[in-house]
Formats: sequence, C-alpha cells, structure tokens
Amino acid sequence: MEAAAVEKAAFSPEPHAASAAAPWLTQLRRGAFARFEELGFPTPHDEDWRYTGVQPITSTAWTRARHVQELRFLPPTGVRVRPLSQALLEAEPALGRIAGFARDAFAALNTASFEDAIILEILPGAVITQPIEIVLRSPDAGRPEVCYPRVLVLAGARSQAAIVQTFTGEGRSFTNAVTEIALGEGAILEHTLFQRESDAACHVHTLAARQGRGSRFTSHNVALGAALARTNLNVALEAEGAECTLYGLFVGKGAQHLDMHTTIDHASPRCTSRELYKGILDGAARGVFHGKVLVRKDAQKTDAVQTNKNLLLSRQALVDSTPALEILADDVKCRHGSTTGQLDAAALFYLRARGIGEEAARALLTWAFAADVAERIRVPSVRAEVERELGLRLTGAPFAMTA
Amino acid sequence: MKQPLLEIENLHANVAGNEILRGVDLTVNAGEVHAVMGPNGSGKSTLAHVLAGRPGYTVTAGSVRYKGQDLLAMAPEIRAREGVFLAFQYPVEIPGVSNVYFLKAAVNAVRKHRGLPEYDAIEFLALVKQKAKIVEIDEDLVKRPVNEGFSGGEKKRNEIFQMALLDPSLAILDETDSGLDIDALRVVAGGVNQLRSPERSMIVVTHYQRLLNYIVPDFLHVLVEGRVVLSGGKELALELEDKGYAWLEKEPPAVAAVR
Repeated sequence: MEAAAVEKAAFSPEPHAASAAAPWLTQLRRGAFARFEELGFPTPHDEDWRYTGVQPITSTAWTRARHVQELRFLPPTGVRVRPLSQALLEAEPALGRIAGFARDAFAALNTASFEDAIILEILPGAVITQPIEIVLRSPDAGRPEVCYPRVLVLAGARSQAAIVQTFTGEGRSFTNAVTEIALGEGAILEHTLFQRESDAACHVHTLAARQGRGSRFTSHNVALGAALARTNLNVALEAEGAECTLYGLFVGKGAQHLDMHTTIDHASPRCTSRELYKGILDGAARGVFHGKVLVRKDAQKTDAVQTNKNLLLSRQALVDSTPALEILADDVKCRHGSTTGQLDAAALFYLRARGIGEEAARALLTWAFAADVAERIRVPSVRAEVERELGLRLTGAPFAMTA
Repeated sequence: MKQPLLEIENLHANVAGNEILRGVDLTVNAGEVHAVMGPNGSGKSTLAHVLAGRPGYTVTAGSVRYKGQDLLAMAPEIRAREGVFLAFQYPVEIPGVSNVYFLKAAVNAVRKHRGLPEYDAIEFLALVKQKAKIVEIDEDLVKRPVNEGFSGGEKKRNEIFQMALLDPSLAILDETDSGLDIDALRVVAGGVNQLRSPERSMIVVTHYQRLLNYIVPDFLHVLVEGRVVLSGGKELALELEDKGYAWLEKEPPAVAAVR
C-alpha cells in the first residue's frame, strides 16, 4: 500500500492555470484524480490487465513533458477547432463524457492531467475530403518524460471526414492519451491511429467513440512502436443503424509488448460491426488481443463479425487472444474467430521452388499477412507511410508490393 | 558423348521416416521428355519433390547430378534459379500476394542468378502478355492473389504459365492432369507442347495414360515401390493402359533396357 501511494503521488496533477477559470473542468479533474487514486494502477489481478504488466510505467520517475499536438492540415471551411482555453469559456463541455474513467485508471489520470487538448468540431453536413492530421512527437529529452495528449472530435450530423492521429518519437517517453469521438446522426468518420513511438517508449491510449443513428465509423489501429503499448478502443453503437468497422495491426519484435483491447457495445437494434485485427510477433515480443462484443438486450438484429489472426515468427514470440462475446438479445447474427500460427510451410516452399530466396519468401508472406489490413487504410499518404514503416520493421528495408 | 542433363543414381529417400524411394535410377538428356508412371504410393510425387528440394524429404542414399553438379546440395531456390521447375500437383494459394508481383520477383531472382538484367515493370508486363497466350490464361488471373479462388484448371494453367515465364531447362510436371476435364487438359497439354524444345527436358509424372495422348513422351518409366521397374518407349503407355500396374507389382520383371 505504501509503495503504491508513493507511485501515485508521483503522478499528481499540477495546478492548471486555465482550469481555474472553469469550475466544470476543476471539478472534472478533481473527480478524475480521486478516481485514479481509488483505482490505482492496474495489476495482473485486474481481468482486463491479466496479460499486461505496467511496471515499466510505475517504476519510472517521469518528468512532465510540454509536447504540443500538431495539427497538420485544417480545411478552410467545415471544421471548427477550439483550443482548450476557449472551450473552457463555453457552456457545454463534452470533454470527459465519451471516454469514461470510472474503471480506467489511465483515462482517469489523463483527465486529471491533460493540458493540451484539441477540440475538433466537424460542422453538420460538411464534407472534408483531405484528412486532418494530428501528430504528437516525443523527442529524446535525455530523461523519461510523460505527456497526456487529449483529443475530442465532434462529427456533426451527415458530416464526412478522415482523421489521422500519429504518435511518433525517439525518446524514452510515456504517452497517456485519450481520444473521444462523437458521431452525430448519419456522420461518416474514418479514423487512423498510427503508433510508431520509440522502442523505449510506453504508450497507453484510450479511444472512445459514441455513434448516433445511421452513422459510420471506420477505425484503423496500427501499432508498431513502443516497449509497452496498450490501446483501449471502445465503440458504443447507441442508435439504430449505426455501423462500425475496426481494423487493427500490431507488429512487435524484440521485447515489445503490444496489447490491443477493443470493446464494441451494441446498445441499439440493427447496428452492424465488423472487426479484423492482425498481430505479427517476432523475437520475444508478446501480443494481446482482447475483443469484447456486447449485444444488449434490446439490440435485436445486431450483425457482428469479429476476426483475430496472429502470426508468430519465432519460438519465443507469444500472443494471447481472447475474443469475448456477450449476447443478451435473441435475434442476432454474431460470429467470431481467432487463429494463431506460423508462416505456411507449403507456401514458403512454393515461393522458393520458383527461385525466391528463403528470407525474401518469409518477408513476402509476412508482408502479405500485414498488407491485408494496411491496404485498407484509405488515406494514401498514411497508407504509404504505414507500409514504409512496416517494411522497415519486417525486413529492414522499405517494401512495396507493386509489380 | 554429351553430358546428360540429369543423372539420378540409386536414389533413396524417406518421408516422415518411411522409405519411399528405394533406389531410383534415371537419366535425362537435353530436350527429352520422360514420362514417369506408376500406381498410387509408388513414389512418383516423392521423386518430383525430392528433385525440387522440398523440406521434409530426406535423401538417405544415392546421387542426383544436374548439369554435372550435385543437385541435392542446392537449396530449393538455387535449383529453381539453375533451371529446375516443378509444376505442383496442388498449387498453393497465397492470399495477399498478387500473382504478378510473385512472378516478377521469381523471374527477376532467376535472371539475376543467370547474370541477366532484371525486368522493370513495363518489360515484365510485356512478357506476361506474350506468355499468357501459351496457356490462354486470363490477364485478370495474373492480377489476382496467387492461386486464390482459382479453379483446378486455372491453377494448373497458372503452373504452366509460370513455367513459360521462368524458362527452365528441366520441367517436372507432377500429375498436372489430375482434376482436369478434357478441355482443360487440352489447353494445359497444348501449352506444355509449345514449350518443348531441344534446350528443355521434361519429366512428366502421371497416374493415367490419358495425358500421354497429348504430351507424347520420348521415354516412359514405371515406378513401383520406389524403384524404376520398367522403361521403354511411348508404346509402353498403351500396354499399361491395357494391363494396369498389378502385374508389375506382383512380379517385377528385370528392368527392361529398351533404350
């Protein structure tokens, strides 16, 4: 208990000048920190953290970093961006309403501590063709640094947009991020998360989306970096006819630990969810996929398909895959499947029998496994960047499957 | 006397601890087409795979010389680059790898090995267009993932198409006729025949005489229980069609040296 108290004290939020002006935020932060203190950091006894230890986070003396999330593109019309200071003055703060922190210590800590928040509002009916990019870079500061980036996206009714969030860096950093997304009626949003932090980094990101009637949310979650990375992706289908499609790709080697937790909450009838997550683990890397699909009692005519496929490239690599379907409605269509295996020996021999060297054949098959997900990223510049980084990590050289 | 392209001597091989080949002898000269027939389990396919270097097939005795070199010492990809081609009985589906990417990687690996300049995309596509005609392969199939969702006939055509692109010195066709209807068989055999040349030898492994009506061999060998028990000319095929293999299994005659 004593030790835990010391750890938590190290994460105490600093007093925020800005929040002094906004009672709601002060209250939110106080509540969040109190909750964090109650919860404490997760231990292996927590069901949701059975396979992921957080010692690299709790045993490091972090210094607060002052990184600022960079907005790389902003369309001239159709989007309103508010800095936190301005949002504070406005009557209706949505912050903290989408990503709850009642059972999530890291989200609670972020809520208590974030300074830099980007609040993006896509105006109703706006069609934004070029992707909006948000980049957070953690440079090597020569000491361990922690930061708490926060993003809120409000996609207005019938709006259409693509958002790309990139986490990159060279440092020994701890990024504890929260992203909240609300999709209004009929909104279409494609969200790409590209985590390519340094192999010394710790990364925890809670991304929560709430979907309105007939809205469509597509998520690409690509995790390539960090020594320890955990993504919580929580999607709530809250009104009839909402659709979500979640693609995930996690690629680890060395001693990397990559943990992908997803929850799809079918809270309304006639909603559709599709999920495909793929993991590639080499060296002594460890992967975790936990995919929960909850179909509530009233969510009749739910259509849910979840697939997790993992490729282990070495004997030491390991993946824990736990799909979890909880179905309380009776008129639904739900499927899930999970496979973990090695490269197909027959395919390997087939390629070699055509003159392709063993290393190249392995790289090609591994690449093909990953490309199945990477190719679905619709923003060309991001897809190219993901493919480039994938090639470097898988084969040590850029790899492009073009003839 | 010219050096034979392939000399197999007293070849013994195990698969999963079972001895399948028990002393195969076979010599193939440049430009010759040899048919290898035999009942199920006689070792025909094992012979094909041993020649291609499939992992898990262990040679326990004997030798194989190819162009004067020790073939068995070469990795599968080196054999391929040196001009050995195996047309698979069951071509493997490889989702996510486009046929055209795979073929270009293969052709360029072979060309590089032979000291030839690698093809760029435009040159390669021109080559694809030209070779696709040989087996009447649809260009759509070329763009699709390797063998994925191909019909049996399309898979076999894709094998012969690959053979045309890779231009081997020794092509081993492993039961290329299996699962083909007569129309598909005609197309595939027609492709193989177009690829016959004085510089290319072939070993045609088949269970049925039917294929040999279309691909007429120069020599025919019968494999029983891992040994060549009978060798002869193409007319031997008709005799086998008549009598089946049973008489050879019961009372193996001395190896007939018709050559």
